[in-house]
Amino acid sequence: MNNSVNSADIHKVIVEQQKAQDRKKMMVNGVLLLLLLAAPFAFYPVFLMKILCFALFAVAFNLLFGFTGLLSFGHAAFLATGGYTTGYLLSHYSGLTTEVGIIAGTLAATVMGTAFALLSIRRQGIYFAMVTLALAQLVFFFYVQSDFTGGEDGMHGIPRGKLLGVLDLEDNLNMYYFVLAVFIGCYLLVQRIVSSPYGQVLKAIKQNEPRAVSLGYNVDRYKILAFVISAALAGLAGSMKSVVFQLASLNDAHWHMSGEVILMTLVGGMGTLLGPVVGATFVVNVEYQLAQGPLRDWVDPILGGIFVLTVLAFRSGIVGEIQKFMKKNLG
Amino acid sequence: MTMIFGVPLAVLSGQLLIGVINGAFYALLSLGLAVIFGLLKIINFAHGAMYMLGALVTVVLFDLMGVNYWVALFVAPLLVGAFGILIEYFLLRRIAGQDHIYSLLLTFGVALIIQGVLTNIYGVSGLRYSMPDLFKGGINLGFMFLPYYRAWVIVVALLVCFGTWFVIEKTKLGAYLRAGTEDSQLMQGFGINVPLLVSLTYGFGVMLAAFAGVLAAPIYSVTPVMGSNTLIVVFAVVVIGGMGSIGGAIITGILMGVIEGLTKTFYPPASSAVIFLVMVVVLMFRPNGLFGKEA
Repeated sequence: MNNSVNSADIHKVIVEQQKAQDRKKMMVNGVLLLLLLAAPFAFYPVFLMKILCFALFAVAFNLLFGFTGLLSFGHAAFLATGGYTTGYLLSHYSGLTTEVGIIAGTLAATVMGTAFALLSIRRQGIYFAMVTLALAQLVFFFYVQSDFTGGEDGMHGIPRGKLLGVLDLEDNLNMYYFVLAVFIGCYLLVQRIVSSPYGQVLKAIKQNEPRAVSLGYNVDRYKILAFVISAALAGLAGSMKSVVFQLASLNDAHWHMSGEVILMTLVGGMGTLLGPVVGATFVVNVEYQLAQGPLRDWVDPILGGIFVLTVLAFRSGIVGEIQKFMKKNLG
Repeated sequence: MTMIFGVPLAVLSGQLLIGVINGAFYALLSLGLAVIFGLLKIINFAHGAMYMLGALVTVVLFDLMGVNYWVALFVAPLLVGAFGILIEYFLLRRIAGQDHIYSLLLTFGVALIIQGVLTNIYGVSGLRYSMPDLFKGGINLGFMFLPYYRAWVIVVALLVCFGTWFVIEKTKLGAYLRAGTEDSQLMQGFGINVPLLVSLTYGFGVMLAAFAGVLAAPIYSVTPVMGSNTLIVVFAVVVIGGMGSIGGAIITGILMGVIEGLTKTFYPPASSAVIFLVMVVVLMFRPNGLFGKEA
């Protein structure tokens, strides 16, 4: 390089770099996709579907917490509402195809999310967390006492049915590819949202809300929309989960579940796209592996320890730390 | 028999009494949370676990060494408070000054650990603890029967609550505390050991929770999970009262206990949800809680 580099050259270099990066990203995504498509031949499909459902739940939660800075401590309510609604409809109306049940569950969670958002959006930080927690507790008590949820016993024997009335979902492989398709669709949607101008405003709100207000953005409206989308996706995760396991239980509505999704997001790396997916995979695996071994009674304390370690030592999470490491060492 | 709104007076007053007792526990617990949040800006999600530890230590001390109730009333909060100080020193101190949300997440993890470990040791079925002989029996008030122990709980809880409020709001020590959290550097400059003050404050808040635990040991079933659901209710109480408001926590605590008791009398299915319902309504009209200052 000599001294006569002009700005056009610099521009060209930047564009080249960008292209190279995009190519690299595409390749990584392609490999990931292939792995996901091949996975059910190497691992038990139901276990993979469990991971995908929780990954979607965490992705939904992360849109709100990681990108908008709103810590909801009540996301279990949406997971459970999606699950119960879908479960109830599919169990009681045999004419219904599965996708209709799932859409209905998602809508139910969306409606509830709107109500939550309107009630909580004016509160900040810790207050916001507490209000969402309390609202979710109300929902929990409602489900405990309602007849249709089966109370403590939960809802069993939910039929998986046929997708579009054609594809038999009782077959685990079919079910897996359906769940995978929904998951990828949602992941791309969130990716799109985050990189859109709307997503930029969300990030601006997270960084400095008063500044976003003074720039003229109607911050509340942005936050409400983010909350509603997040609730809808969480509901969708719950709906799919109830179809996969043919079961909807009170566990999904308990506040521990809201804590668990926070853990998944935090461990994976909040505010990154892949983080919640990695975190969900990690947590579900840890729980599963521990449950098999001699440490099965120690799942809770170990998860608690992971919580403490993450907050103290690597707050950026697995993906966040890797990104930091790459930036530092690989330019 | 006298009836009020279709409910026998004895039933109503019995429920009211239970309400006031629960309210006294809510007040003690939310007071501790308010002290810790108001002065340190820490959301102590481990508070329920500390309450449980208070009760559990009482039972274990009795089983192992025959330590009686009166000794436990002092020793258990001291032990648990010391444990709290360790947690503050080794964990919470490292995230001081960062977003409050991290304190919530950290203490949530701590609570999971404590509760999980003790569940493995003691199981989830209730441990027995019999109350001191002095408190056996009760007094007939004509319209209801008042067990001595319950009367004692109400009196002592209120005394402790009032004492705490007095120290923080009316004494020099309380003024130091409040000033230290407003501007810790300035207070350091005046020669006051602020980190020590912070540790002690956290320890004190934890002691209040453990004290409530000791009081609870003879009347509730003592299990490692006894704190976890109570905690969520107490958080609601703190939010209704206005986070960080010491007086608000006390008054709201008792009030919520009574409301819960009344709901149990007139419409039982809603009794576990009513506090959260109140919280939603209060926040719609008074976003900073009943006694909270304008943010």
